[in-house]
Amino acid sequence: MSEKPAAKAWGRRRARARSSLFAAGEPMIWLTGGALVICTAMVAGLVLLVIWKGLSTFWPQPVTRLDAIAGPFMGEITREERFQPSAAVLAELPPQVRIEAESQLAATDGSERRRLVRTGNYRLTQSHFEWVSDFEVRDESRPEWALVLERLEWGRFYGFPEAFITVENGGTERREEGAAAAWAAFQREHHAVRERWRERRELEEHDTGAVNHEQETARLALRAAELEFAEAQREGDASLAEVESKVEGARQRYEEKRRWADAEFTRIRAEIDEINAQNARFRLVMRTAGEGGLPPRTTSIPLDQIVRAYPANQLSWSGKTGVYLARWREFLTDEPREANSEGGVFPAIFGTVVMTLVMSVAVVPFGVMAALYLREYARAGPLVSAVRIAVNNLAGVPSIVFGVFGLGFFCYVVGASIDQLLFAESLPNPTYGTGGLFWASLTLALLTLPVVIVATEEAVAAVPSSMREGSYACGASKWQTIRRIVLPRAMPGVITGMILAIARGAGEVAPLMLVGAVKLAPELPIDGLFPFVHPERSFMHLGFHIYDVGFQSQNSEAAKPMVFTTTLLLIAIVAALNFATVWLRGRLRRRFTAGQF
Amino acid sequence: MEMPTPTDDPTQGEPQGARPVATDDPLEAIARGETAPSLVHDALKREESVLDVDDFNLWYGEAQALFHVSMGVPRGKVTALIGPSGCGKSTLLRSVNRLNDLIDTVRISGDMRLAGDPIYSREIDVIELRKRMGMVFQKSNPFPMSIYENVVYALRIDGENRKQVLDEVCERSLRGAALWDEVKDRLDELALGLSGGQQQRLCIARAIAAEPEVLLMDEPCSALDPIATGKIEDLIQALRGEYTILIVTHNMQQASRTSDYTAFMYLGRMIEYGATEDLFTNPLLRSTEDYITGRFG
Repeated sequence: MSEKPAAKAWGRRRARARSSLFAAGEPMIWLTGGALVICTAMVAGLVLLVIWKGLSTFWPQPVTRLDAIAGPFMGEITREERFQPSAAVLAELPPQVRIEAESQLAATDGSERRRLVRTGNYRLTQSHFEWVSDFEVRDESRPEWALVLERLEWGRFYGFPEAFITVENGGTERREEGAAAAWAAFQREHHAVRERWRERRELEEHDTGAVNHEQETARLALRAAELEFAEAQREGDASLAEVESKVEGARQRYEEKRRWADAEFTRIRAEIDEINAQNARFRLVMRTAGEGGLPPRTTSIPLDQIVRAYPANQLSWSGKTGVYLARWREFLTDEPREANSEGGVFPAIFGTVVMTLVMSVAVVPFGVMAALYLREYARAGPLVSAVRIAVNNLAGVPSIVFGVFGLGFFCYVVGASIDQLLFAESLPNPTYGTGGLFWASLTLALLTLPVVIVATEEAVAAVPSSMREGSYACGASKWQTIRRIVLPRAMPGVITGMILAIARGAGEVAPLMLVGAVKLAPELPIDGLFPFVHPERSFMHLGFHIYDVGFQSQNSEAAKPMVFTTTLLLIAIVAALNFATVWLRGRLRRRFTAGQF
Repeated sequence: MEMPTPTDDPTQGEPQGARPVATDDPLEAIARGETAPSLVHDALKREESVLDVDDFNLWYGEAQALFHVSMGVPRGKVTALIGPSGCGKSTLLRSVNRLNDLIDTVRISGDMRLAGDPIYSREIDVIELRKRMGMVFQKSNPFPMSIYENVVYALRIDGENRKQVLDEVCERSLRGAALWDEVKDRLDELALGLSGGQQQRLCIARAIAAEPEVLLMDEPCSALDPIATGKIEDLIQALRGEYTILIVTHNMQQASRTSDYTAFMYLGRMIEYGATEDLFTNPLLRSTEDYITGRFG
């Protein structure tokens, strides 16, 4: 090795002794490496697809007006593809267009581009989407005043603002004519109208719910007293008179409550009417582009039906970002609307997170205790081996089987018994005797139990025996040694098991469909009504939501982007839960294994 | 000394300055499958023993690891167990606090007594028994907790939670293990952050925290560098008198430097047991001398 001047050697690494891959004479490196590349590429492709589709869903697209032979189509272009138009389609075209189209097709080998336009305006046209082939298109433009309206019902509306109607207090209508004036008026009033609308929803859902709840509580108390009375009567109990007076008291309280509730409902109704009257004063008159040859029509849309409106082709970059963020905010914090295909998924996020947490809380102690017995107390032998094999095999049982078991055991046996004992007054309506958050969590806990047991067993077995002996030599009992030495050392491994359990549990859908996940459950399992936590309630789950939106929706083309967005969200939530536990494990690892030589 | 004297002990007097008297080599007797008597020096008879081993046999499954071991460990003295690898020193040590109970296949016969209390009686509470002894292992094994908690572990599991008591014990034990000055400012730090030698001294501090009657040390310096070894040896010297120490070592120099008495074991038998000085300078058996001088083993 020759000495080189330092200045020259700087920045140049001395080559390691290595041979080129082609010279290595190791053909298996190509096979194994190739397999890894394919696996990675598939996973990365999946994740990238979900991220790209999920993130782009809410970005506002321009509104395009396609003037076809059959008439104009206006809306957002959602998709394009090439297809082979059949002869029948061509035959229907006017002669001149057909010649043009045919010559064009001859040049492109018979394939032609067509675009899927989201035309909206369902109530007028009875369709949400239209395919438009390129040879049909005479003219294409992006009208300046094309407005996109997202409505509470009937999907999107595409059209031009024509006028804004305000009903004055005296009952006279004031019209602000012209696109610019109408749009300005809309922006002026819309926010307040939506605020009132939210207030109304709050009254309808929350306040009415609270009154209902109180009335129901009183009714159940009366029913319970009546049941007790019937029981006393049957057994000829001496305290019959006492029970009877109790029933009387309950009845009076219920009647009182009912009168109060009626008064409350009237009050709430009046408030709602007031808000409705206020909101009904504002309407936006829209003119359509005239889809499919129909003449352009005007329709007036009440302002409180409009969730969001924007002039798509005028939006600046920041305007688009604003719409994008507003949609994300709605998605993350609001309830679903339009059969789940629009709006938010907050109840599903909440349900998923709460269910996963309850599942973790249930599965970890059980799994750890079982693993501790298997590793620390049980004498090694054929029985223990059999149990271990059984536990491992439990992990391979199809998840739907756990769902069936959960429904049969938790809901119909345990839940029904709880109902008999504690909620007899509300029978035949089941309280715990049907699917709910708690039963779903327990079912998934059962499903993920093997993962936790196996991980914990390995972690416990990996605790060095020198530490155990040290503890015993200090005069510690077995349990003291486990609690103070073995468990802390095994904690990172236990948490690895928990991570695997969360990853498996949060993404599981099939068993949930049997034990409590539903399409729509606006009542969250935790709310402000006594007793605040309602583990018996059915809940929404992101995984089930994906299935429901993607495959059970009438307007599946419109719901498709929501599938990707919801998938992205589910992945993000599972990843967040995982990262939180990985972080926790990292902390514990540093704590218990640092500095060992 | 309640040590049962072997029936055919060839030497009944003080060891002479002459060559070993024993003509019949016990190693050859063992090789022939005969029982080899232990040769116990008279010096031990003058000592009061705190731990008595009486005709102790131990089997791992079918394999016998200890054969008729009998010895007394003198109170307040350092007693070293030497012998080639696999001769049963560690097994004997671990039998004293019944750590071998943890191994399912271990069977024993014979008896041990700690200050007169039978160790292997069915009535005795093993946990209570172990609390009367401290043990230091070959490889330091600090628990995954703070230095402070490591030291007071034995008290904690006893339910002692008074801060003042724990603080006192912690300081006393760490001073006793000559570690106090090095760690007094970082008692709350993780014990696993200490160096190897410090960890081993921490384990000693932990072992003496509960004021044990006997301190068992299983090759405490074998994983340490010479400087750390020197510190531990100094520590053993300092603990002499206060504690009864039974130490297993592979290091002849260590045995001669630190111990008052030395027992030479071979193939599960106690061969010769006497005052360290006598054993190292005037062993009664040729085989002992051969081992000590490194001619075999």
